Amino acid sequence: MLLLFAGLTGMVLTGDLFNLFVFLEISSLAGYALVFIGGRRGMIAGFRYLIIGSIGGAFYLLGVGFIYFATGTLTMAEAQELIPQSESVRGIQAGAAFIFAGLGLKMALVPMHVWQPDAYHYAPSSVNSLMAPVMTKVAAYAMLRMFLSVFPDGYLTSIVPVADALVWLGLAGILFGSIAAASQKDMRRMLAYSSISQLAMIAVGIGLATPLGFVAALLHIVNHAAMKGALFLAAASMRLQTGLQGVHELTGVGRRMPITTAAFAVGAISMVGIPPTAGFFSKWYVVLAGVEQGQWIVVAVVLFSTLLTAVYLFKVLERAYLRPAVADASHGAGEHDAHDAPPAHDVREEVARATESPVDVWAPLVLLALATIALGVLNVVIVEQVLEPGVS
Amino acid sequence: MSETFASPLPLVAVLIPTGAAALVALTTERRANLRDAWSTVASVALALVVFAMLADTQDGRVARSSLLELAPGIEIALRADPAGMIFGGLASGLWVLAGVYAIGYMRGGHEHKQTRFFAAFALSIASAVGVALAENLLTFVLFYELLSLFTYPLVTHRETEEAIVAGRKYLTYTLSGGVLLVGATAWLHVAGVDATFTAGGLAGLSELGRGTQWALFALLAAGVGVKAAVMPLHSWLPSAMVAPTPVSALLHAVAVVKAGVFGMVRVLVFVFGAALLDEMGAWLVIAVLSAGTVLIGSTLALRHDNLKRRLAYSTISHLSYIVLGVALLGPIALTGALLHLIGHGVTKITLFFVAGAIHVRAHKDNVSELDGIGRQMPITMGAFALASLSMAGIPPFVLFTSKLYLGWGAVEAGQQAFLLVYMVSGVLSAAYLFPIVVRAFLRSSPEHASFGEADVRMAAPIAITGVFALVWGLAPNLPFGFFALAEMIAGASFGASAGGGS
Repeated sequence: MLLLFAGLTGMVLTGDLFNLFVFLEISSLAGYALVFIGGRRGMIAGFRYLIIGSIGGAFYLLGVGFIYFATGTLTMAEAQELIPQSESVRGIQAGAAFIFAGLGLKMALVPMHVWQPDAYHYAPSSVNSLMAPVMTKVAAYAMLRMFLSVFPDGYLTSIVPVADALVWLGLAGILFGSIAAASQKDMRRMLAYSSISQLAMIAVGIGLATPLGFVAALLHIVNHAAMKGALFLAAASMRLQTGLQGVHELTGVGRRMPITTAAFAVGAISMVGIPPTAGFFSKWYVVLAGVEQGQWIVVAVVLFSTLLTAVYLFKVLERAYLRPAVADASHGAGEHDAHDAPPAHDVREEVARATESPVDVWAPLVLLALATIALGVLNVVIVEQVLEPGVS
Repeated sequence: MSETFASPLPLVAVLIPTGAAALVALTTERRANLRDAWSTVASVALALVVFAMLADTQDGRVARSSLLELAPGIEIALRADPAGMIFGGLASGLWVLAGVYAIGYMRGGHEHKQTRFFAAFALSIASAVGVALAENLLTFVLFYELLSLFTYPLVTHRETEEAIVAGRKYLTYTLSGGVLLVGATAWLHVAGVDATFTAGGLAGLSELGRGTQWALFALLAAGVGVKAAVMPLHSWLPSAMVAPTPVSALLHAVAVVKAGVFGMVRVLVFVFGAALLDEMGAWLVIAVLSAGTVLIGSTLALRHDNLKRRLAYSTISHLSYIVLGVALLGPIALTGALLHLIGHGVTKITLFFVAGAIHVRAHKDNVSELDGIGRQMPITMGAFALASLSMAGIPPFVLFTSKLYLGWGAVEAGQQAFLLVYMVSGVLSAAYLFPIVVRAFLRSSPEHASFGEADVRMAAPIAITGVFALVWGLAPNLPFGFFALAEMIAGASFGASAGGGS
């Protein structure tokens, strides 16, 4: 796990295309190992993750190779200067295509997403809550670096039309991820598909290739980390206490585990994008960027995804809160009350016996939930002080 | 025009119910009396704060508090302008009564999870006050969305299959409406239009292309039209009637739906403005849709035997009275519309209160079961009779006055057809409400009645709102000066333009 962080930190700090690859692979290797911890099924999922992740890495490296042949440099800053002067446009086009295909794989961009739900599903919960917010983001971040500090301004929108491809794939991913999430029975698979959809939104932000789009993408990288972290941890906490992880099995958990469920609710509300939580502002900036570019389809899809997200997350909340954990309905209170009393639903015995998780489990959860709200309320500070200088 | 001064009061008005919700949640079921005391104290405190602001607003001084920047260039800002004070005053004033009533109802009916109920109730009020006092479109959207969210646990309170299905429908409709508003707000922001509500319309909007204006108009009008239950966006409202009656009374007769209608006032008068809407011809779209809703809503109300559903369709119809009045784009029609907003609030809440009192005391929900009930519950049904007269627009009740202005406004705008709509619907209102009164008082009860008058916590609010329906008709300026406020808004909104859509 420490190795993972070393890799991640390295990626953020490096100014070199090849080093980026090295650090990407270090963090990925650590990631494979973490998935392997998840038992027999984890082995298979981890192996698939390993194969696909390595292919992604190899694609990226191939792309870097092409760039190197075309420009003779691996330093990002130099590449940015030399790419327009290079004579082999074809070579750079191929390089860019390979780089983005590689990163797209790692980012689980539709249609390169198939490895991701299994990897999330079978990895241990603690790994999940780290991987989901961080691992795929790294690829997203690398992608952003390509736009900002490798390829010259406007290059990826005109000469190599990667940006448009990102937008279209991203839009497809938003819709596919949300719809797939709605049909999942397992909490973690649902959240995994939800991540596909959310990462796709980041890709859309990058693909719009405007400062506003980059701000949206970066902000969503941060926001999504907080809210998806809260959701995964909450799901893990529920699993810890009840041993259950089916969306339909957690009926009535809201009463037994109030803190965990409340944190889940905050994360869910933020994912849906209700102001003033963080999720709203991610959407807000993507929509602003879309309007600014006249990309109406982006605006429509992002707004529509709000409803799709509500479908799968409120499904959980509805069960958690609105169906009683214990059949304590006032059946005996009086004849006339019988029709008002909620019918005793199929509450699992595991849920009925569950108690709130220990403080070291729920404390980080609550922290993430509060962070979700704080990130929303303070988004202007973040955007103006940190993100905007970074992308301009 | 009126001057603005910095004041913490608008912010305090939103924070009082929010704080009350926190206290309610912390006190929990074990100390129910203390918990319910928090709600009551907070509602009185809120009313006092609102009336303190009201005094300034009437003197032309608008209290304003701004928080932090919500998005670059857009602040969360609250402002007690005349229009906001009409809706804010209505919501906060009726919370005092509805709060007391709710305590009586929830205890009388032995409802479960009362803590969650009262906490969500207070948060809904906080959101409604936020909607009322929002200074710009983004702040409005913020509270508008929160209102949807916090009312969801109230709609699904019963936790029955029916309630859960209704809750889903409710969220789908209201969130879709919110999404449209978010889209429009973002668009305006990118177009460089400062979306601070301005009487007579936003300055930058008229410079945009006609196509853009229409698209924005469609997004905004549909966004607020959902909560205003303008057909064909209305079907969530009858479904939401599965909620406990205090919720139907305060939220689905006053706070939520009036937030939609109030949003329509904001969109038509304070975002687009009469001059632009007249030029676009867009007012006609709203006018025709709302006129249709008035007539169809009243007709459907006739068909329903369940009292609350009948009242729900009546609400749909009367909300569109207001929307139509706003869409007529004249100072007189707007005055009438705002007056109807207040008058309908106080009248319809009476009717819902009565429906709830009957449910708790007599365990009856259908009109056909109400024979002779007036003898058991004279105060309750007396108030019902007063409110029914008001709904039908009989002088000297408050809804007569408002309808007079609405009809006058229609004639002034040269739209006699809409005058006819108002008249026909008045007759229909009488047709779906008077038979209930007749049954209650003139027919004899089929069975030996074993119940009496409602609990004082329910009967007192009923009597007060019922009497208000009469008092405001006789003297619309007493005691809060709402009529003067309505005229103030109408004057400010049409001061520049010639007024009157034709």
